[in-house]
Amino acid sequence: MSLRDIISPFYVWKRVFEKPYTTPKPLEDRPGAPRYRGFHKNGVDKCIGCGTCEAICQNQAIDLVPVEGIQTTDGDSGLRPKIDYGRCCWCALCVDICPTGSLTMSNEYTWVDNDAEVFRYIPGVDKKDWDYSEKGYTRADDYLLNNPDRVPMEILDPDTRTKSFIEMVKGYSKEQAQKEADRCVECGICIATCPAHMDIPNYIKAIREDNLEKGLELLYETNPFPGTCGRICTHKCEEVCAISHTGVPVSIRWLKRYIVDQTPEEKYNQIISSTVDKNGKKVAIIGAGPGGLSAAYYLVGFGYDVTVYEARENAGGMLRYGIPEYRLPYDQLDKDINFIKNRGVKIKYNSPVGKKISFETLMKDFDAVFFSTGLTIPYSIGIEGEDNPGVIPALDILDDVTKGRDPGIGKRVAVIGGGNTAMDAARTSKRLGSDVTIFYRRREIDMPADIEEIEEAKEENIKIIPQAIPIKIEKGKNGSLLFTWGKAEMVDQGKGKRPKPVLIEDEIYTEEVDTIIPAIGQQADYDFIPKNIAEKLHFERGKVKTNESGQTDLPNVFAGGDMVNKTADAISAIADGHRAAKGIDRFLNK
Amino acid sequence: MINTDRSKYPKKIDGKPEIDLDSGKYLKIWQGPQHPGVTGNMALELTICGDEVVECKTHVGYLHRGFEKLMEQRKFIQNFPIVCRICVPEPDTNEYLYATAIEELGGIKVPERALWIRTLNLELSRLGSFLMQVGGQAGAFGMGTVTQWSITHRDYILDLFEEMTGGRVYHMYMLPGGVRAPLPEGFEDRVEAVLKKTEKILSDIEKVLLNNAVFKGRAMGLGIITPDMVDKYGVVGPNARAAGLKRDVRIDTPYEKYGELDLKYITGTKSDAYERTLVRFQEMFQSISIIRQIMKKMPEKGPFYVKTPNVLYWKIPAGETYKKAEATRGEYGYYVVTDGSDKPRRVCVRGPSYTHAIALLQDLIVNVDIADVPGLMTSLHTCPPEIER
Repeated sequence: MSLRDIISPFYVWKRVFEKPYTTPKPLEDRPGAPRYRGFHKNGVDKCIGCGTCEAICQNQAIDLVPVEGIQTTDGDSGLRPKIDYGRCCWCALCVDICPTGSLTMSNEYTWVDNDAEVFRYIPGVDKKDWDYSEKGYTRADDYLLNNPDRVPMEILDPDTRTKSFIEMVKGYSKEQAQKEADRCVECGICIATCPAHMDIPNYIKAIREDNLEKGLELLYETNPFPGTCGRICTHKCEEVCAISHTGVPVSIRWLKRYIVDQTPEEKYNQIISSTVDKNGKKVAIIGAGPGGLSAAYYLVGFGYDVTVYEARENAGGMLRYGIPEYRLPYDQLDKDINFIKNRGVKIKYNSPVGKKISFETLMKDFDAVFFSTGLTIPYSIGIEGEDNPGVIPALDILDDVTKGRDPGIGKRVAVIGGGNTAMDAARTSKRLGSDVTIFYRRREIDMPADIEEIEEAKEENIKIIPQAIPIKIEKGKNGSLLFTWGKAEMVDQGKGKRPKPVLIEDEIYTEEVDTIIPAIGQQADYDFIPKNIAEKLHFERGKVKTNESGQTDLPNVFAGGDMVNKTADAISAIADGHRAAKGIDRFLNK
Repeated sequence: MINTDRSKYPKKIDGKPEIDLDSGKYLKIWQGPQHPGVTGNMALELTICGDEVVECKTHVGYLHRGFEKLMEQRKFIQNFPIVCRICVPEPDTNEYLYATAIEELGGIKVPERALWIRTLNLELSRLGSFLMQVGGQAGAFGMGTVTQWSITHRDYILDLFEEMTGGRVYHMYMLPGGVRAPLPEGFEDRVEAVLKKTEKILSDIEKVLLNNAVFKGRAMGLGIITPDMVDKYGVVGPNARAAGLKRDVRIDTPYEKYGELDLKYITGTKSDAYERTLVRFQEMFQSISIIRQIMKKMPEKGPFYVKTPNVLYWKIPAGETYKKAEATRGEYGYYVVTDGSDKPRRVCVRGPSYTHAIALLQDLIVNVDIADVPGLMTSLHTCPPEIER
């Protein structure tokens, strides 16, 4: 100890003349740092109520609650997060994982209120001062707890795939499927949108946990065509996937396919129990397409004796005769159908109702009848020269190719239409060696075909001419056809209506082609229903009207599939079949 | 200076003190669990003779929040926001150790930039914690002005943390995979401004605390940790370094970017409360130097986070690991066991205060004046929350 030690502390007195380090209380309002994790904000319009915030919150501080004025729609649960600040620890994991990025935080430090109840509120709905504050915690760029990137699917290159009808999508390996399945946040938004309401999050979970038996069981709970839908489903589920808001949606369709591909047909019977007592009642089904067979599958499961009447020599309907093999190989379709048959569904092939057996007989001999014969009659384009040889409807070509027959198309092919059938016809023609051009009356973005179908067609060197209105078809030299079409301009039709193509008079072109394939849609053929019965049914714009159980105006007659629903795709037909099976069961057990 | 010979009581029989409370020579008093002279919430059951402590029994259990057990029931990511709560003054060591343990077991390689940011975070945290300690040390001897100075300067560091991490006290910034965000724009300048202010206040503190006859008189010779005690009690950190031992996890087994920084052991010889304060004081200057080195070497661009498997169901293969880091109180460890599920099987936190506050203190406190007990306890830089996880 020295004198210095005694004098040195007096140095403190110097501070008397300096600004103090501390003040009794903050004299100025100091705003939180730009990144400060304050009270929550939520863009309610951006939020889809997926509940991922609720799932990650370790304090159970978040509840998803219904909110007045927000409706449940496809891709939006209609719920919004309510935060309980008695539980919240301001960790912001909810912000980090929010798939839409709607949930953020303000930089607000304090909030004082005498009423404890106000500290439970719905951000964005219950208005707060900080709702529009620009500062506060948001996810940094390049930081996201979700995985926005899809595991790429291996697809045959365009040159290879156009040389044959070999399946172009190779499917996921185990490692790829598990990695892709890992992207799902299990929000279940997809379930409501899937027409069949498949338990998507749980079968994806089964993949993640490598429990494919469980996965298959879950698939068959709502869909007896999982192998088919795993390939050609229109996958509305993916359009609403929560991940799609910040990245590429989870590849739900390919994951479904993975479960089926990895499960041998022989194992199906072990996985899905089939011990059901017969109830002695009989149901007739007309049409062995996805709708008919789906109804048959579930009815057999309920204990009914089911007979399916199919006009053609094989089952599958449009899945077999309308979808080319490169998208849905026949052996994969057969795998689905074989299991349906193994469950006890009897199919009578080459048995067109209305010809070999009458509709009345079925109504008399069976306790209930379900029909789902699809859309089989192509719409006419309605132009001059449509009846020329060389004008072949798309369905005829696809049918011929399925049966192994030469469809008789030439080198230069023009396909008219922009739907999936047009794409199938065009790409089939390409595989048969033709040069193909697609003519569509509206813009490319208006094309009803799946976007990937359009992209793949382009990759295969198929030319797409949009805003092209067919005018006439004439005979050309050496059996060729002269196809005249005119350029259209899109005329705005007002809000909510899609623009209308209107012909530009001085932009008329003529192409010399060998084959013209109209593919502008199909309609149902009701000839198999006798007039006296058809009179009792209710039709609306060419479709049969049913109630929510698929029941027509005749109590024991049910219908489904493309001839009933508006979406006219396989998964809707399957859903209709399942719905009708439950409806028939309820009706017969009243 | 304490006259170690002055106590005639209690008599020792077979090395154990014989204390007869009915004799009137002794008084049993409790210091804590709520007491300004105790760091955090723990209790010292003191037996005094006059104003001299003759025996002490330490009691913990007032803070137990069941962190470790809680962690076994939460997913890996869900533990990230709670580990920081194990220690208020220095939460980042917990964040870092949990993240790095999970990364090792889950096979995650953290990007370079994140390693630098983490090192900065850890060192800023050390500086803040030391400032808090030195304030406590001065306060324990009645020099509240120094406490206000140092706590204010710790607050400036918390301002930096708020800007960098979004939180003042609980930062929740280092998570498995890296860090949550890059450094804010212009952060380097603001760090430098705070470092300059801190250097200035440290030189002031040196004058009024370290060169202070009162402080020297009370701290010198107080709570001497003899070399044989170091291994007996597992003494670590500045407490061990003040006893002359060269032990510093940052140098012995460098983690994150410490291996690329210039730092050395700061040791003392006398091993009393004053020496420990001196060691910590120099460590603060070293921290400032380290932070400057980091800011200089920090890459400006590059990823700061690497994607982990989906955190909602991340399953980590069965395994175990022990990760350690140099906190201001010494070696801080996390022993994590996984069993292949989406939750840890066991997380065991080894805080240095466990031995310093429970066992070592009981030994050092004998023959210390009751007025010096807070000063002794603070000089060990104990933190009860890390004892009771």
